Amino acid sequence: MDLNELLKLSWRALLANKLRSFLTTLGIVIGVFAIILLVSIASGLQTYITNQIQGFGSNLIFIIPGRLGGARTPGGVMVNKLLIQDSQNLSVKLKNVADIAPVIQQITTAKYQNKDDEETSILGTTANYTKTVKNAVVEHGRYFSQSQELSGAKVAVIGQTVKNNLFELEEPVGKRFFIGNNIYTVIGVLKKRGAIFGIDQDNTVIIPLSSAKRQFGVNQVNAIYISANNESQIPFIKDQISSVLLKRLTKDEFTIQTAESSLEIVTNVTNILSLALGGIAAISLLVGGIGVANIMLVSVTERTREIGLRKALGARRADILKQFLLEAVILSLTGGVIGIMLGITGSLILARLLVSQVTIWSVFIAFGFSVIVGVVFGMAPAIRASKLSPIEALRYE
Amino acid sequence: MKDQELINLINITKDYVIGDVVTKVLKGIYLKVKRGEFIAITGRSGSGKSTLMNLIGLLDTPTNGSYILEEADVLKFKEDELSDLRNRKIGFVFQSFNLLPRSTVLENVILPGIYAGVDKKTREEKGRNLLLKLDLLEQESKRPNRLSGGQQQRVAIARALMNNPDLILADEPTGNLDIKSGQDVMRLLKKLNREGKTIILITHERDIAKHAKRVIELIDGKIS
Ligand SMILES: Nc1ncnc2c1ncn2[C@@H]1O[C@H](COP(=O)(O)OP(=O)(O)OP(=O)(O)O)[C@@H](O)[C@H]1O
Ligand SMILES: [Mg+2]
Repeated sequence: MDLNELLKLSWRALLANKLRSFLTTLGIVIGVFAIILLVSIASGLQTYITNQIQGFGSNLIFIIPGRLGGARTPGGVMVNKLLIQDSQNLSVKLKNVADIAPVIQQITTAKYQNKDDEETSILGTTANYTKTVKNAVVEHGRYFSQSQELSGAKVAVIGQTVKNNLFELEEPVGKRFFIGNNIYTVIGVLKKRGAIFGIDQDNTVIIPLSSAKRQFGVNQVNAIYISANNESQIPFIKDQISSVLLKRLTKDEFTIQTAESSLEIVTNVTNILSLALGGIAAISLLVGGIGVANIMLVSVTERTREIGLRKALGARRADILKQFLLEAVILSLTGGVIGIMLGITGSLILARLLVSQVTIWSVFIAFGFSVIVGVVFGMAPAIRASKLSPIEALRYE
Repeated sequence: MKDQELINLINITKDYVIGDVVTKVLKGIYLKVKRGEFIAITGRSGSGKSTLMNLIGLLDTPTNGSYILEEADVLKFKEDELSDLRNRKIGFVFQSFNLLPRSTVLENVILPGIYAGVDKKTREEKGRNLLLKLDLLEQESKRPNRLSGGQQQRVAIARALMNNPDLILADEPTGNLDIKSGQDVMRLLKKLNREGKTIILITHERDIAKHAKRVIELIDGKIS
């Protein structure tokens, strides 16, 4: 029996029960839609975070106090043992291979006239911070010089959020404002950096390291950024860092991260997320498949006499099998195609609000799955139909 | 050729078993049918006429005995081989027409052609020729339920003729028809017989049976 004839038959049978076919298809539509959409969200998230991390530059290495993912000290408080001194030791050792910028980070309120910017992140760092961290770019005014840094000048480079909150439409450069109780002068404005892990990177004020040290009375740094002159030297530099730091610290008191190792963590997390979300969605596709099997069993029972007649007229087992299998595949494939289109549309809409990105592989997998679901769940009913004895089928009431 | 034996049934029995109850319906049937014969099988209701017809039509298998169709021992055939045999050798006409309601008249007629693997153009041409012969050409694209009972039975006869079988089996083909349509169907069967088809007809009406050249009566599971 040729394919054209089979297609015509299946199509006619499905149209004869429009509502029933529609509802069965809907089960598949929802499953496929869910797979595409959820995987798109996970994948959009991954791309977003990856871009953010790459914004720091691929040559970046950063050192943070404590052990990442490690147990905290008893009592739950982590004692920060990473000092400005460590950064200076590293500068000496790595003078010819990298730029180094230690960062003291404090959260304080910045004030200008009657306007407050609460929870501003104050970064005290060196003059070469902008050389080290690639996405810290001064778009207006300038960055402080090494002599300003060393003399502890009260100058500040502000982020976009701070600019908007404190100065609104005023020209910020040259204006004097408060950080805590000290008065600083704005000398530059940073380009917008966006948010990473939900933290607004533009709600930032950068001041010279020595000014921060004096104002907050600390010797610990919250991070040391190191930018390798050459990407291929990163492993060597990491070794150097370890050997310098281990002279004074234990290996649990600091962590060395690179853009690459951070990306690895993010990729691992989002891959697990993709799988988990895709898996949940696959369950709904499975339920849709059971719906197909169910309706095909009903269809076989309803058409027992037709099957008997076809066999009497010369249909072989395979002819009957193909007829019912094709019907199931058409049901689930139609659902699959509609689901894919809805999924892509949904994901495009979502991309405007959140992060979302349609991945080709999820479309292929969803398409493949809907065919497989049709075959797998259509098989049992179709085999049952093909095995009916012609005389018993003809006699069926 | 004319006198050649088409069917030979030897000591055929058929028991139906439902739970512990065994109903012996056929108790040793011997029947030889030559090519070109027109046989009517009669008997009381429940005497086993349809049971016998289904065995001859290869829709069912006997409990015992042997069945030679055109020199082939068909009881040894597998299911798909039997499908092919029915498809090419046997045309069925049922009491209740058994047309597919969602297919057109023409599509119903050419159905055996599809399973025989005849290409679309040839089978539609053949189907139209048959419809023309049975005066149904104007009905070709209608659904069967738009037709009268007599017309529907003629569609079924056209379908039975599609693959040009040697044998036509008709189980009470006039049972659901009025007298006039019944007579039309009988005339048609006689005409087909004159053209060389072997016809086996089941009926319990004497008027119908008298159209046949040979009448067989089933009594108590045997041919009298
Ligand atoms: N599938 C079956 N299972 C059990 N018993 C059956 C089955 N088919 C037929 N019978 C029984 O076999 C006997 C013969 O039935 P059959 O249909 O062959 O009779 P018939 O001569 O065609 O009768 P009618 O003239 O009413 O059509 C009946 O007693 C019937 O109940
Ligand atoms: Mg009967």
